[in-house]
Amino acid sequence: MSDVLTVQGLTVTVRDKTLVSEVDLTVGPGERVGLIGESGSGKSLTALSVLGLLPEDVVASGSVRLTGVDHDLIGADERRMSRVRGRELAMVFQEPMTALNPTMRIGDQIAEAMLIHRTRPGRGAARSAALELLERVQLPSDLMRAYPHQLSGGQRQRIVLALALANDPALLICDEPSTALDVTVQALVLDLIVKGVVARSSALLFITHDLAVVATVCERVLVMYGGRVVESGPVGEVFTNPRHRYTQGLLAASDLDTADRRLPTIRGNVPAAGQFPSGCVFRTRCPHATDICAGTPEWTGPVADGFACHHPAEPVSSPRLPAGGAHA
Amino acid sequence: MRRLNPSLVAGGVIVGIIVLMALVSFIWTPYDATFVDPSIRLAKPSWEHWFGTDKFGRDVLSQIMVGSRTTLFVGVVAVGVAAVIGVPLGILAAMVRRWPSEFIMRANDLVLAFPALLLAIMFGAVFGASTLTAMIAIGIASVPSFARVIRSGALQVMRTEYVLAARAAGRQPWPIAVRHVLPNVTSLITVQASVSFAIAVLAEAALSFLGFGTPPPTPSWGRMLQESQEFLFSAPRLAIFPGVAIAIAVLGFNLLGDGLRDRFDPKLEDRR
Amino acid sequence: MPDQVPAIQVLDVVRDYPRPRTSLLRPAPVVHAVRGVSLDVKQGERFGIVGESGCGKSTLLRIIAALDQPTSGHVVVEGTDITRLPERRLRFLRENLQLVFQDPMSSLDPRMRVRDIIAEPLVVQGHPASGERVRELLEAVGLSADAGDRYPHQFSGGQRQRISIARALAPRPRILIADEPVSALDVSVRAQVLNLISDLVDELDLTLVFVSHDLSVVKHVCDRVAVMHAGQIVETGYTGDVYAAPQHAYTQRLVSAIPTLQRALSGATTSDLLATKGEPA
Repeated sequence: MSDVLTVQGLTVTVRDKTLVSEVDLTVGPGERVGLIGESGSGKSLTALSVLGLLPEDVVASGSVRLTGVDHDLIGADERRMSRVRGRELAMVFQEPMTALNPTMRIGDQIAEAMLIHRTRPGRGAARSAALELLERVQLPSDLMRAYPHQLSGGQRQRIVLALALANDPALLICDEPSTALDVTVQALVLDLIVKGVVARSSALLFITHDLAVVATVCERVLVMYGGRVVESGPVGEVFTNPRHRYTQGLLAASDLDTADRRLPTIRGNVPAAGQFPSGCVFRTRCPHATDICAGTPEWTGPVADGFACHHPAEPVSSPRLPAGGAHA
Repeated sequence: MRRLNPSLVAGGVIVGIIVLMALVSFIWTPYDATFVDPSIRLAKPSWEHWFGTDKFGRDVLSQIMVGSRTTLFVGVVAVGVAAVIGVPLGILAAMVRRWPSEFIMRANDLVLAFPALLLAIMFGAVFGASTLTAMIAIGIASVPSFARVIRSGALQVMRTEYVLAARAAGRQPWPIAVRHVLPNVTSLITVQASVSFAIAVLAEAALSFLGFGTPPPTPSWGRMLQESQEFLFSAPRLAIFPGVAIAIAVLGFNLLGDGLRDRFDPKLEDRR
Repeated sequence: MPDQVPAIQVLDVVRDYPRPRTSLLRPAPVVHAVRGVSLDVKQGERFGIVGESGCGKSTLLRIIAALDQPTSGHVVVEGTDITRLPERRLRFLRENLQLVFQDPMSSLDPRMRVRDIIAEPLVVQGHPASGERVRELLEAVGLSADAGDRYPHQFSGGQRQRISIARALAPRPRILIADEPVSALDVSVRAQVLNLISDLVDELDLTLVFVSHDLSVVKHVCDRVAVMHAGQIVETGYTGDVYAAPQHAYTQRLVSAIPTLQRALSGATTSDLLATKGEPA
């Protein structure tokens, strides 16, 4: 079966700055793929490009194809995109309040999501489907008549999820869906997202800065830094046997469990968006960087399982604990 | 480089031209703006008198130029009065406890509910109609909008962690107001000032039109408008020139206010 | 050494807030932000307070720093009861207890130069705020000396948090209170700031109170932890013990809800996050 989402050579620019360059990314049917990165990595812009929701002066080029849609999503006009969004392609963002209409009752909003795309025959059918969705995200049925402001952040995010899943999308994109939530609420929302996509065999593109969340939710992961994908592969492999020096450093720096009081760190700061170095975007912070890193590193391996580094970490056959900079 | 925003540029240019016109009028006008020449009453625009003359034969262009001084003067004093009272009041209301704050704001609402023109007319009746009483009345009427805007800005600043840090370091409330709150609401003050300026210009024109503003013979756009009333059909240009001048001035200050607001908007600032 | 005196003693502190009235007839509703919290922080200890949003941890922190007053109860800092003391008698507290905040955007006055920000506590407390001391502080937090001439917006989140730490250290405090100091930072920068706090606490012999919603961060930084829930402390203990064998039902839920790499890599799924520790998913 062919991939649900195929992104090729996605480049996003704003005026003279390049924010995302040459991103290739595929998501297979029913696959859960994580996109991980820090601020300025371009992970959210990648998602917004797929959704066609970039701000006015930000321009995307390249190709984004979605299964069941006969045109490229890059450059598609608003009319065509609105037929795709909410139908084949659904999204959940970090801030749930902005995704809900504050003047509409919850039940009407969910029902409307289905009526817009005519996936239910009538208002009655849509309402009973909405009720069922509410149940699926473990909210009581009397919330049908509630307004968004009457709900807590976690409840709202579950409503947004119910909306996103209403039309059984082929692909669900979640951008930091649980970052603003408390840990215990996050656990519930993450579980509902995974159950929701599994039940519909929908594919999931999950964007976050949290390594542990990605590892728990996804099967495959792409690591972004400075607007480029620097490494990709199955979660178990990337997180136990990182090849790119950035991935390695990131894992070591976030390993609060095994390290002693002093954590291994990545030196320096994350540059502002558009101010990453040429060549290897990580070379200004990389302990292994040499002169050849001024040239853009080639991608090693298949698109779905490889890395772009001039001085990759040694491959290890058995899973090992990440220890950044140990070879330095 | 930050891109200049169009309303800031347009507003700045318009306001700049008015200021320039007022400055030039001190050293040069085509004619003496108050010189009466009955032989050329109600002259049509010509090479000698670009905007024509009024019912006393005074040069309209010269009057408009000199009138811009009144306009700016009124704006500056009215906004000054409003800011000098409104800004400390707003900051005070943001910093004191709940009940005193409520009291300040309700008193504020009371003034806000009182029609500005009525206040100015009362002032005129009590203290005598003059440019100064008009300005002070307009200024007082603009205090509430200042106090309101500054209070909400100051409340935001008071909630920031740097104010908390200053308190944790032992800074007393009033030094905090001067050192942290005031500098961080200056952008709001600027925006509110340009908007109030526009309102003041309009109010002065209205008052002069009603005979409670600038007394004759000092030229004022509002009084020119009033004097043009009887010739509205025979010589509409006498109403059009000062009317357009008022409209352009108000537009200019409003554009400047909008432009400044956009410029100070922190969301836009991040896109530097 | 007066090490018998605890650095901070919180005795049955209650804090109620009136909410704005919703009805003219009924009295204004009350929020019970903190309800009867007691705890001891020993000299030189690294003490963590963990809890989710709205649990009252920030309110408690402000009361400890005398930035807010408890409705009832007492806070004793280094043997002195600070509750209801007027500001002029809090000088010892303002010198000895300093705070680092969560939001690197809002914790520094955008209109002040960094050197003035760092010197503020010194100026306020009447110490000579020499350029020498500011440079020393900048160096201590790993920033270059010329950083003092710049404004906060010219720095990244991690650097701003360093400035915040430098300001807190300026009056040579003995107690440092950090309110979610790394929650807003990128992962690669978080480790740097955690290390910096750890190093400084060691070097300067500070008592650290570290507040966070993230138990794994608290576990990394602190010796002991208090878990707060709905305005109360539900569990206190050594961080390792609390993490490994939580006693209270809420702590159990909290611990199992934390996604960790190791659990995920050994096969934990999202439904395991919802399972209370000890019982199968």
